[in-house]
Amino acid sequence: MADFIIRALLAGLMVAIIAGPLGCFVVWRRMSYFGDTLAHSALFGIALGLILDISLQLSVIVACMLLAVALVMMENRRGLSTDTILGILAHSSLALGLVMISFTDNQINLMAYLFGDLLTVSWNDLIWIGVSVCIVLGVLFANWNRLLTITLHQELAQVEGLNVTRLRLLLMLLIALIVAVSMKVVGVLLITSLLIIPPACARAFSKTPESMSVMASIVGCIAVCGGLAASWFWDTPTGPSIVVMTSLLFIFSRVAVSGEKG
Amino acid sequence: MDENFLINASNISLEIEQRQILNNISLQVAKEQIVTLIGPNGAGKTSLVKIVLGLVKPSSGTVTLRKNLRVGYMPQRLHIDPSMPVSVDRFLKLAVNANRSEIGGVLKEVGASALLNSQLHSLSGGELQRVLLARALIQAPQLLVLDEPVQGVDVNGQAELYRLIENIRTRHKCGILLVSHDLHLVMSATDEVICLNQHVCCHGHPEQVSNDPAYLELFGKKDAETLAVYTHHHNHSHDLGGDIVEKREK
Repeated sequence: MADFIIRALLAGLMVAIIAGPLGCFVVWRRMSYFGDTLAHSALFGIALGLILDISLQLSVIVACMLLAVALVMMENRRGLSTDTILGILAHSSLALGLVMISFTDNQINLMAYLFGDLLTVSWNDLIWIGVSVCIVLGVLFANWNRLLTITLHQELAQVEGLNVTRLRLLLMLLIALIVAVSMKVVGVLLITSLLIIPPACARAFSKTPESMSVMASIVGCIAVCGGLAASWFWDTPTGPSIVVMTSLLFIFSRVAVSGEKG
Repeated sequence: MDENFLINASNISLEIEQRQILNNISLQVAKEQIVTLIGPNGAGKTSLVKIVLGLVKPSSGTVTLRKNLRVGYMPQRLHIDPSMPVSVDRFLKLAVNANRSEIGGVLKEVGASALLNSQLHSLSGGELQRVLLARALIQAPQLLVLDEPVQGVDVNGQAELYRLIENIRTRHKCGILLVSHDLHLVMSATDEVICLNQHVCCHGHPEQVSNDPAYLELFGKKDAETLAVYTHHHNHSHDLGGDIVEKREK
């Protein structure tokens, strides 16, 4: 089998594995719009990287993380709802990114950033993804119970002595890092679906937060394999194929649940 | 200051965007004392509780806690997203200072043993309140802060929950700060009632009017003993804006 498909498979599987538990938090905490906002700001990161002539991976990670910090700081302000703030940041950063890119001489393939370009993943990309996934997995594992506690009841957690602001920032930074490195896999516009749909499939079959996370990872891996296969045999675009696979799995999970009940 | 004090809040004021939420409020809770906070909606009860717990900073005033005070907090409500699968057992184990071997005992105490393996989001309002109370108790608190513990519980259940709280005070030897949603009905075991409407309207001992016929009819003899009617002696009333209107002599 060709080298590029192995790299694509590895990248996809790594992202799917980490997207399981991280996506569960996105679902439990209703942060899907936050994921979208981060993804939009990734394009701003690309523009920044092109203008400053630095590694695009690095500039996207920096842009996403800066946005996460900005959001945590703005969230405590009164006056505007989080929803509105997210909307402003998402679209401003996307538009600003596009405008900035137009000033550079680079002929970049915008479609690759918007919808992913898994088949062109390089060994260098793989290292970025691998290191990021390991970091996120480690931090997530070390703080698992604390993160669950602040998700269940923020103030209760604070009275019990947890530093809620720090933990929330930590979770947002983890999501930002994964969104940044998985842009190659499914693209800016589809990243959130990889975080949300697998946990949604897993929900009905799980009784603990851990089983839901593991199951979401498995669903994600199946979707990556299925999407790549579709792309290989029928020449469909890889990123969208993966997302279509997760959607199909979601429909199957719903049918299975209603079958169990009926 | 009394050396039995658990918490001492003095001259607390809170202002949010030029709106006075709390005005110069002082409050103490001592060991094994039950203090009940009552007041209409918007009186600032929850704000005061959050200040006492250190969740909100007051605009002025100080809160002093006993050294190394262990606080058990029962929030007003638990909004758990139905997408999160968590059993009661797991929820209790997640308590930061939980003594895990105590889970069975504490659940039994609040009358929720049967719920151990139930999913949190499947519980009824009253069941969830009991589980939240168990979560507060599992930290072996010296001070229990209960924000409207009987909310969403029917009248009979309310009396039962109040009796449970009364027993907790004796068994765990802890002080209790209780927020009540009802202006007139408070737990008879309360040592001190504070009626709050942005400022302290009045405070004192609840009157033991357990023989009031209308009240006995409502609760029945046994339950009536756990509740008492609190008769207010305000020397002022409030207009719609919450401003004080002095009562005119007739």
